[in-house]
Amino acid sequence: MGEEFKIEIVNPEKSFLVKEDVLEVVVPAFEGEMGILKDHISIISFLKPGIIKVFSKSGDENYYVEDGIIEFKNNNLSILTSTIFSVADLDKSKQGDLLKKAEAEANKSEISDQAKYLADQKVEVLRSIN
Amino acid sequence: MASLDDLKKRIASVKSTQKITKAMKMVAAAKLRRAQESAERGRPYSEKMNNIILNLSNGISDKENAPKLLSGTGENKVHLCVVMTSDRGLCGGFNSNIIKKAKSYFSKILNEGKQLKIITVGSKGNDQLKRVYGDKIIENISFKESKNANYFDADKVGRIIIEKFEAGEFDICTIFYNQFKNVITQIPQAQQIIPLNNEEDHNNSDESYEFEPDEDEILSNLLPKNISTQIFKAMLENSASEQGSRMSAMDNATRNAGEMVDKLTIEYNRSRQAAITKELIEIISGAESL
Repeated sequence: MGEEFKIEIVNPEKSFLVKEDVLEVVVPAFEGEMGILKDHISIISFLKPGIIKVFSKSGDENYYVEDGIIEFKNNNLSILTSTIFSVADLDKSKQGDLLKKAEAEANKSEISDQAKYLADQKVEVLRSIN
Repeated sequence: MASLDDLKKRIASVKSTQKITKAMKMVAAAKLRRAQESAERGRPYSEKMNNIILNLSNGISDKENAPKLLSGTGENKVHLCVVMTSDRGLCGGFNSNIIKKAKSYFSKILNEGKQLKIITVGSKGNDQLKRVYGDKIIENISFKESKNANYFDADKVGRIIIEKFEAGEFDICTIFYNQFKNVITQIPQAQQIIPLNNEEDHNNSDESYEFEPDEDEILSNLLPKNISTQIFKAMLENSASEQGSRMSAMDNATRNAGEMVDKLTIEYNRSRQAAITKELIEIISGAESL
């Protein structure tokens, strides 16, 4: 066996992605980006809006997520998220919609600091995709 | 005895009813396949979510200060029941099974002298409950516009529940829905979601996790999501059950209509023959008397 581990991304509707030949995954954890390699210690953490980068033998993929939770155990990485889009499939109009929504949220005055932070993150990440 | 014309009309009307029920059965069968698929695809998410929460609550250091969504308010006075039914009828015992289950639970709670609050999801449940428990219903949510169960709707319900919980409006929350087993069997379920009921075995607690940030923060972030997830799971199971139940109900209706048509046709033929015989007798006796 090489340096590969298994990743599974699920959203409420379906199993979004299953891959067995992953070398590294970078996730936007709440306290900063986190790279996960094989034999990482068991960990549970949650995500802020950002890009999940999956590096695997069969090619690299990027996914945009708005929230989620990750669990890594026995070289199985599970990511649960309610909003996920493949960056490759994210066309301009869809991205514009998301951006508009996030901006509207960020500009609301009566939201909590945390919600504001998350909305700002969304805007920033969506802008950076361009 | 009905006249020949009446019988003819009745046969025609039963036949057209049969056509309708047959069409409804086909539609339900097609929808069932989709609903069943999405129910099955949705299962990993809620299972994994449950697993993580189980692991988290095992790892939690300070049980006293655990989030209230997990440990409850410590009281057991006000019960909130979320009764999830369909928006459409003609689906056999689907809705009444849930209502029956819910009603027996309601009377148990009321007998114990506790306060009851009801949220109905889906208009059919509301219709059936408002006659008896009308004053207990605090909210009625209906997703007539959404074609399929989607997470967005479930999240809306989840948010309402959490809002009410944080406002201290209830102590214990239970959801009622039908679990889809197969086309002819749907099991009405009562599932307690607040506080979280994890009596399942804790045998994998030797697994140690690293948490980032700490357990409490993750839990308080995760638990509200879990509520929505459980609601969503219930919605998926419900929609599969609804279609399954409708399919078998319509299948029965089609078969009954077929039997009825057969019976009516026999009756029609008998009375037709009787009429012919009667006419013949009249002609013969008329000829004889000449």
